[in-house]
Amino acid sequence: MRAAVLVFPGINRERDMARALKLISGHEPAMVWHAETALPAGTDLVVVPGGFSYGDYLRCGAIAARAPVMDAVRDYAAKGGLVLGVCNGFQILCESGLLPGVLMRNARLKFICHDVHLRVERSDTPFTRGYNAGQVIRVPVAHGEGNYEADEETIKRLEGEGRVLYRYCSADGVVDEAHNINGAAHSIAGIVNDGGNVLGMMPHPENHVEDIMGCTDGRGLFAGLTAHLEKAA
Amino acid sequence: MKARVTVTLKTGILDPQGKAIEGALKSLGVDGVASVRQGKVFDIELAGADKAKAEAALKEAADKLLANTVIENYRVELLG
Repeated sequence: MRAAVLVFPGINRERDMARALKLISGHEPAMVWHAETALPAGTDLVVVPGGFSYGDYLRCGAIAARAPVMDAVRDYAAKGGLVLGVCNGFQILCESGLLPGVLMRNARLKFICHDVHLRVERSDTPFTRGYNAGQVIRVPVAHGEGNYEADEETIKRLEGEGRVLYRYCSADGVVDEAHNINGAAHSIAGIVNDGGNVLGMMPHPENHVEDIMGCTDGRGLFAGLTAHLEKAA
Repeated sequence: MKARVTVTLKTGILDPQGKAIEGALKSLGVDGVASVRQGKVFDIELAGADKAKAEAALKEAADKLLANTVIENYRVELLG
């Protein structure tokens, strides 16, 4: 795995992400500053980490989405390159047009910072192959704007094409409004683009990868990506 | 030249902030508030004096950055 972690002013989860990538793939990722106009040669995974790029000014992720490096990411994604956006990274991917829809203010207006359960909807994607379909994992969230919304037709298409990969649920996998922490349409926690190579998700799998973190349920995502890329190589 | 771009949420888009403000106005006893939608206003100064160019630039600004047209509408006004 030759991952590139994008760094924008105000991003603060890039080190957690880099640590998780190194721990699980065995390879140190490149840290790529937002003003770069190209990705490092041979990049096979671009990661847009979490944080508060540009202080969430204007709209979450709006300014970062227009950074020079994002043109390179768009080209790379158009050729089928894998992109993972977490939290602010998900917001940036939506703002940049790489993913449909938008992350709105949490329905109950509170910043939510605790562990949540996610149901993995399918296991036959690079982003979920480390899990079984229907498996429930526990990972943390930390966001004020994670309420995924899109027009009815887009939601219908996402569902119809099986592009919702992660959904908020109870500990035993029940998806209902009581466990829909931020009011997202269809309890959506993570989606992929129509090519299946760009994933955006609000929760932080990179923060549940070591025993000292109290849970290692996030490892599957990175292990799956590593396995996918090793097979492809 | 001075201009103003007003960005508002499209109809039907849930606006939890507007709802909270609406609730606060009601609890303050402000009479007759039926509903509140929150938006944004950008006051922009333009260098040139050409109105058509100014409008085109503001529209470009709104489309490229100021508004997320998935959920927001915008209005451009030249204030002279």
